[in-house]
Amino acid sequence: MFKYVMKRLGIIVFTLILIISATFFLMKLMPGSPLANAERLSGDQQRLIEAQYGLDKPLLVQYWNYLVNALHLDFGTSFQFQGQPVSTLIAQRIGPSAQLGIQAIVFGVIAGIGLGAAAAVRRNTKTDTALSILAVLGISVPSFVVAALLQYYIGLKLDWLPIAGWEGFAYTILPTIALGLQPLAISARFIRTEMVEVMGSDYIELARAKGLSRSEIVWKHALRNSLIPLVTLIGPMAVNLMTGSIVIEQIFTIPGIGSQFVNSILTNDYPVIMGTTIVYSMMLMVVLLITDVVYGLIDPRIRLAD
Amino acid sequence: MAEKVLTVDNLKINFHTDSGEVQAIGDVSFDLAKGETLAIVGESGSGKSVTTRSIMGLLAKNAQVDHGQITFKGQNILDLSEKQLQDLRGSEIAMIFQDPMTSLDPTMKIGQQIAEPLIKHQKLSKQAALEQALEMMKAVGIPNAEAHLNDYPHQFSGGMRQRIVIAIALIDHPEILIADEPTTALDVTIQAQILNLIKNIQQASASSVIFITHDLGVVAGVADRVAVMYAGQIVEIGTVDEIFYFPQHPYTWGLLNSMPTVETRTGVLESIPGTPPDLLNPPVGDAFTARNKYALAIDEQRQPPYFQLSPTHFAATWLLDDRAPEVTPPMEIQRRWQRYIKKHPEALEQRAQAKEVSTTLALTGKEDM
Repeated sequence: MFKYVMKRLGIIVFTLILIISATFFLMKLMPGSPLANAERLSGDQQRLIEAQYGLDKPLLVQYWNYLVNALHLDFGTSFQFQGQPVSTLIAQRIGPSAQLGIQAIVFGVIAGIGLGAAAAVRRNTKTDTALSILAVLGISVPSFVVAALLQYYIGLKLDWLPIAGWEGFAYTILPTIALGLQPLAISARFIRTEMVEVMGSDYIELARAKGLSRSEIVWKHALRNSLIPLVTLIGPMAVNLMTGSIVIEQIFTIPGIGSQFVNSILTNDYPVIMGTTIVYSMMLMVVLLITDVVYGLIDPRIRLAD
Repeated sequence: MAEKVLTVDNLKINFHTDSGEVQAIGDVSFDLAKGETLAIVGESGSGKSVTTRSIMGLLAKNAQVDHGQITFKGQNILDLSEKQLQDLRGSEIAMIFQDPMTSLDPTMKIGQQIAEPLIKHQKLSKQAALEQALEMMKAVGIPNAEAHLNDYPHQFSGGMRQRIVIAIALIDHPEILIADEPTTALDVTIQAQILNLIKNIQQASASSVIFITHDLGVVAGVADRVAVMYAGQIVEIGTVDEIFYFPQHPYTWGLLNSMPTVETRTGVLESIPGTPPDLLNPPVGDAFTARNKYALAIDEQRQPPYFQLSPTHFAATWLLDDRAPEVTPPMEIQRRWQRYIKKHPEALEQRAQAKEVSTTLALTGKEDM
């Protein structure tokens, strides 16, 4: 296991270098310049500023410099916020984003498993149909629509929860629901299909022949076996959540990394774009690694050998 | 006759399907004595599994018991609530399943899987249950059991997994053990080991066994009595000797005739022509008529009643009626008869005097009501 994780970490570093390279060149292809008011600056002034940030050097040299600095964990300073190191900027804003992402995926997956299992156990009943319709809605309605609806009805009309902002747990509930609805729907549908199949398998019949009750069968045998394929889905769902959170953070005015990411792209703030990309990629790859390890914990057949 | 542990009376089960009522079993009756092994033989779809599933209370949702009862310890299993059935299953009536590769939960340690019925029924602590599970693993011949208590099913071979399935069935010392084709999925050498194991355990524990199979070769080694099922009915039932060496029903002849023996010389594998009848629209009269070259005119009109040859031997065929013409069974069956008659000189006489009897009386020894 340890050896495996170490190997995977090595691969992560390599993948990161590839991502840095691709993002770097794509970023440089974007139109516009980091200088906010370029048209009002004289050519000399522009060149001076560019030289100060190293933007006058050939592209490959810039690339090499960035790569070497990044490997030393130096991600430069922001163009937009004078003198602010990128690492500080991100560190200030990663908290809310990470909290929101984790809350959303935990809420979505756990509620999804519960609803999916309930639908599977009550297969072909009204409960099942209702849950299936909800699941399709959850998958097809974009999170920003759900967010607006939640703000309007629960925030404004009912006045139960704050509409926007980030000042405590109550503020996290609506964005968590908005963001978690899609993973919820996906896992519910997935678990239902999987569990229906598992409930028809021979080892469930043997469990019934042992005299176990339906709930014992579901809890002790069916659920764990139905979870195995869902773990595979959590990786891609995490991607969705991270990209989804950019929109949700804007809607709920959450001081997260998402809005900053969008801002940095709009202002050609190269160091921040790079830094955020690296952080997003890191989070993703760590999620995937955790997924693979969890896989082995749930299913002994694919437990990782040392 | 030994004490009866189970009686099945006139059981008739239908399945509701989209295309109509499927008459899975119709009027099946038999009993099971303490310590006895009853083999139920028949081809796929003959109703042998449905019969045993109904004993476990494990019928599919679309199954409907039309009439009949299954009496176990003075109560009708068909009347029990789901909760009462749960108390019965795995404790007093246990089952060995067909395919050991798919019958075990892949994500649970086998020690725990074996211990589960004890924790459920005897309310034992996990620790105490696991200790008994370990003993049971040794009893079913899992070598070095201590080291394997915490292993998962995928770490075992098919034969070992079937031993684990057997251990699960036996852990709470059931009175009735239903073995649903327990050797079908295993290769021949392992089959023999598993059969011996079931036999030994049964002798040691004096439990009764219902052994379902489509393999007559297996039956000869394990059973005391044999019931031959066809299209949802028992067409012939008797002791192993009676069924193997003095069979009366043309279907039993067909089955025995299709089984190659060491004496088979022809090099041709015999078979029963045709396919089993459609149980959605069961034929009038004897269901086997269409495939039966010994069929009489009456077979197409009236279902044959049971004829009794000996206290234990019954067959549902018009050939045993006084008015039936004398037919010559296949060569292989004649050879078997000769051997039987040598040992039991009265057999032919009994056959000639075979009497028509009612189903319930015939198969459960009860007075008809």
